Formats: sequence, structure tokens, C-alpha cells
Amino acid sequence: MNKKQKTMLLRILITVAMLIALALLRPEGAVRLAAYLVAYLFIGHDILKKAWKGIKNGNVFSETFLMGIATVGAFLLAILTKNGDYFEAIAVLLFYQVGELFESWAVGKSRKNITALMDIRPDTANLEKEDGNVEEVDPDEVEVGSIIQVQPGEKVAIDGVILSGTSSMNTAALTGESLPRDVQPGDRVQSGEVNMTGLLRVRTTVPAGESTAAKILDLVENATSRKSRSEHFIARFARVYTPLVCCLALAVAVLPPLFTLIFTGSADFLSWLYRALTFLVISCPCALVISVPLTFFAAIGGASREGVLVKGSNYLEAMANTDTVVLDKTGTLTKGEFEVTRVQPNNIEERELLRLAAHAECASSHPISRSLQKAYGGEIDRSLVENIREESGFGVLARVEGREVAVGNHKLMEKLGVTASSVTEAATVAHVAVDGAYTGCILIADTVKPTAKEAIRQMRQAGVSNIVMLTGDRRETALKIADELGITQVESQLLPADKVEKLEKLLKEKKKGSQVLFAGDGINDAPVLTQADIGVAMGGVGSDAAIEAADVVLMRDDPMHIARAIHMARHCMAIVWQNIVFSLVIKVLFLLLSSLGLANMGLAIFADVGVMVLAVLNATRALHNRKD
Amino acid sequence: MKKTYPIDVDCANCALLMEMTAAKVEGVESVIVNYMIQKMIINFQPGLKPDDVMPKVVKACRKAVPDGTIDY
Repeated sequence: MNKKQKTMLLRILITVAMLIALALLRPEGAVRLAAYLVAYLFIGHDILKKAWKGIKNGNVFSETFLMGIATVGAFLLAILTKNGDYFEAIAVLLFYQVGELFESWAVGKSRKNITALMDIRPDTANLEKEDGNVEEVDPDEVEVGSIIQVQPGEKVAIDGVILSGTSSMNTAALTGESLPRDVQPGDRVQSGEVNMTGLLRVRTTVPAGESTAAKILDLVENATSRKSRSEHFIARFARVYTPLVCCLALAVAVLPPLFTLIFTGSADFLSWLYRALTFLVISCPCALVISVPLTFFAAIGGASREGVLVKGSNYLEAMANTDTVVLDKTGTLTKGEFEVTRVQPNNIEERELLRLAAHAECASSHPISRSLQKAYGGEIDRSLVENIREESGFGVLARVEGREVAVGNHKLMEKLGVTASSVTEAATVAHVAVDGAYTGCILIADTVKPTAKEAIRQMRQAGVSNIVMLTGDRRETALKIADELGITQVESQLLPADKVEKLEKLLKEKKKGSQVLFAGDGINDAPVLTQADIGVAMGGVGSDAAIEAADVVLMRDDPMHIARAIHMARHCMAIVWQNIVFSLVIKVLFLLLSSLGLANMGLAIFADVGVMVLAVLNATRALHNRKD
Repeated sequence: MKKTYPIDVDCANCALLMEMTAAKVEGVESVIVNYMIQKMIINFQPGLKPDDVMPKVVKACRKAVPDGTIDY
């Protein structure tokens, strides 16, 4: 609690003590009035002052002004009717102050909690000086290219490259990944990672302000500035709510007694005036106005802790209505790394086949060549290879240890007049011929991420009805992977421009109000990312282009997080609607009850503050997502 | 031109009021008041200097929300 809040708490406590004392002593007449007046002014003087300022500025609908009118009115009514019930006016102000105090305390506290969660920036960096001494400095003062030391147990302050030392890094704060990452000299480390075992010396590559941790924090903090539709709705509602309730109050004060006066000849003006004043104390839309943005703030904070960075409340809201998920295959559902899945030798040792193919392809950096070299595993002796000819669209020919080796597709084999065995499997096939004789084939495929299947299942469970896979790959490969993952809609053999076209088609076909989410690795699908209702880039804040284009950034390239993100968005929106409906229902209920004379002013303010407290507590639930 | 100013407001409704008030000030293209991070983000109309517009924003907001402050 800050000083302002502490003073308020003290004032509230003193007022409560005064009220108890007055209830016990039961003073009478003028003494009673004076004593209660003192208590009233003690708890409400600042409200009356603000109300006065408000009227001077022509702001009739300020909540302090309305609160002032209501309580002054109640006080005067008590004097007029001589019933001596001054307690109520004080109780209203007391509750009102309690509500205000709670609001500022709860919001301040959750703001602190949430920002603390997100604040993965260390406060200091250990700068290594030229004379070898180490000084603790503010990370902002560290220049690019300086050397910083990171002790075991400390967070990396600024992104950089390791000069010396080996260690395991805990990247959970950045990616949500619980497995530590082993690092050695030459590896990059990002700010926010925690050094677990050994001392590291790091040469910084960026200023602190542009480091990963700073970028994440900035992104998430500012996310709540992009307001959602529900927040705009609340703002519009708040604008009409207060004047509307005031008009109703006026109507209640004037119309019913006027009717009874006309029809029965007498009217109870004072009791209707009291009911009208009760309206004024529930005229503040506080619960709604505070709880909705707080829910989004908590949800965005909670998501960022799990490695899901949402760039705006509006995207969180849109994501909750995701009906179609479009997934890029390579890098999203599959690892994007080609691996040899099967070797089918023909009159040759399997290892020898791989050795010849790897040597023939030794000059190429194509992913397929690299996968061959990786599968072979042994050392490649380039001096054994000569006369390498690459035939684009076919394959490679080379002399390896004096033998003519050809590695390539079916077409290359046909061209050489070699009969290759036919392969129906969904994979890229490299046929090998040695000295004009067919020696077998090597099957190379991209491997599916282990969590991909479960991710698809969970997306369906979260209510996504269409899941579409887009890929530039061969139809057979695409169909096989889709089948394995349980995806029924596949668009294959697409060029990058075709992906945009396909997405446009899906956007046109979508149901009204539903959203199309696209997830890709963010490297070459920026146009598709921007075009989708929600663009999700996977694989962290490494690429600026992806952050720029995407609406949601997943720190880990695990497709499960797409399902998690949708789930979190739904959870958040459920809370938002609970709060909106709950607050409105209670407000309307109390307007009804008080117009019928069934709820007095004290009860009305109690309900009003109670709703606000519950809505705020409910909002903070968005921070914690159930794991299911 | 877009600029962010730290603010200090006590209640969410006050923040909303501040936003509505600032939006009406001449020279302000659009404005967002973020109560949660206590910041005001103003998009100024092209060709105008923030320093010329801000005093008007501060004045209008002080009138509408007496106990809110803008750090300008």
C-alpha cells in the first residue's frame, strides 16, 4: 500500500470507530446531528470537494458529484423527516471509499504481480573492464561490443555471444521450455535466460533496450493499449450509462408522486426522492470499467509467462472466436529438417551406398545433400571426388574414387537409361546409380513434430471446426502427413503467392463473426501472416520480420502452443463476459429493487462495491490458466 | 506522430474520462489511455508539434479529472 492508500484506510477505520461509538452512546437532538455531521465530513470531505470542482467545470455526471448529491440528499431527508437516521449517508460514503481503496489497491497489486512476472530483465549487468576488473552497472550503460560476465544463478542482462565458459541455460522465462539448453563459446545467449552452472563471459551484440527481454516486455506491456471490441463496448456503455441512470432517477423522483397526487390527492414526495437518490449511488459503471481491461491485462501477462506473446487485447478477443486454423506444414507441423528415413540398397552395402551418395553430393548445401551427409556420418574426403556436375531439376553426377556416381530423381535415372525401382512412399527419393548400374535409393523426409498430432486434437477440442494445411510440398507427402495428423483439408504444391490466394478464399468463406487463424514459422510467410485475422508466428522473437507481421508470437515452435493460445483466449473471454453480465444484472436488479422501495441506499452501495470487488477478483483469474 | 506520456489516475472510469476528453482536443488525431500501465498514447495530427498540443491536453484533462496528472 502506498501512502495515499494508507491514509484512506486510516480514515475509513476512524469513521467505523466513530459510527460504533455513536451507536453505543445514542446522543439525541442537536448533539446527534452535529456528531454525525462531523463523521460525514470526515469521511466525505474530499468527495464533496471533487464534486464541487466537477460542477465548476460543467461536469454534471462525475461520480463524485452524484455521490455527493445522493448523500447530502439523504442527510437532508433525515433532518426533514426528523427520523434521525443520519447513519445511511455516512455508510454510503464509507462503502464508496472502501470500494475506491480496494480498486486502487487490487489493481496496483495485480499490476505489480503481472509486471513482475513479465519482468525478466535483470537490473544490473557485470561489466568487465579493460583492466580485468568487474563492475556492476545499469544494463542501459553497457555499450554494444562490451564484455559482460554472467555468474551461475544470474540472468543474462543483454543479448550476446559467449566468449568463454560453458553452461546450461534455463530459457523458461523466454520460451516456457523447461529443459535447459547447453551452451559453449560461440553460442548466442538471450537476455532473460538464466545461467545455471558455469561462469560465462559474453560479448554483447545489441544495446539493453533492444535485447530480447526488453522487446518482450515492451510488446506485452503495450499490448493492452490495443483495445478490444469489448473494451470499446464498455467505453460506449459507460458514456450513456451514467446519464441514463440520472434521468431515471429524475423520473422516479417526479413521475410516480405526481401520478399519485393527481389520482389520490396526496403524495409521498419524500420517499420517492429517497428512491431516486438511491439510483444515484449505483450510477457509476465502475465494476465494468475496471474489470474488463484488467482481465485482458491479466490474460496477456499470464500468456506471456507461458511463452505466448499476444500483441493486443483485440487479438486475444479475436482468437477466442477462431473457427478455422490454417497451418503451414514445414517448420510448423514438421521440424523443417530433412532426414534420411530409409535406405533401399540394390546389390550394395547400405553404408557404402550412403558413402557414395554423400561424397557425390559433397559440394552442395541443399537440405537434401546435407541430410545425406548427416546420415552417412563419416568424414567426407573431398579429394576422392572429381568432376562434379549438378543438373538442376535432376540431381548430381560426380566421379568418386574413379567410379561414375549419379544421385538424383527418377528423371535422372531415365535420362541415364537406368531402370530405377518405383517408390510409392511419401518422401523425397534420391536414386543412386554407379557406373550405369542401379544401386538403390535413399528416402528422405521431413519429420513430423512429436506434439503435432496432439496439438491438432486439442485445437478441435477447443472448438476449431476447420483445420487446413498449406504446403509447397508434393501432394503424396502432404497427404501422408495430413493423414498421420488427422487433418482432412490439404492444399499442396503451392507457391508462396498461392498461399495468399488460398487464405483469401478461406477468409471469404468464413462464417460471420468467426476468425481465421494462420500459423507459420514466420520466415517466408509474412504476407499470409498479415492477411489472416490472427497471424501466429512460431519460434520466438528471433526474427523481427515475424514480430512485425504477426499478431501473436509463440516463443517455442511447438504446435501445442497454438492450441494453448486459443484455449487461453477462450478462458479470458469467458471471464470478460462473466464480468459484464454479472455487473449489469446486479445493477439492473438494484435499480428495480430500489425503485420498488425494497432496497435502501446502504444496501445499494454495498451491492455496487461488492460487484466491483468480485469482478476484480474474477478478472485476476485470467492470469492463471488451468492446465487440462 | 505518436508519443507516450506517463500518467497517474486513480480509477478506471477516470482514465476513460481522460481519454474521451483528450480525444476532443484540437490537434489530437487519436488517443489511448491505458489505465493498467498508466500511460497515455497520443497520435498527433500531421504537421503539429506535440509541445504545442500537449498544454491543451493537460489543461482539458485537469478540468475533467482534477486528481489525474499527466507527466509532460
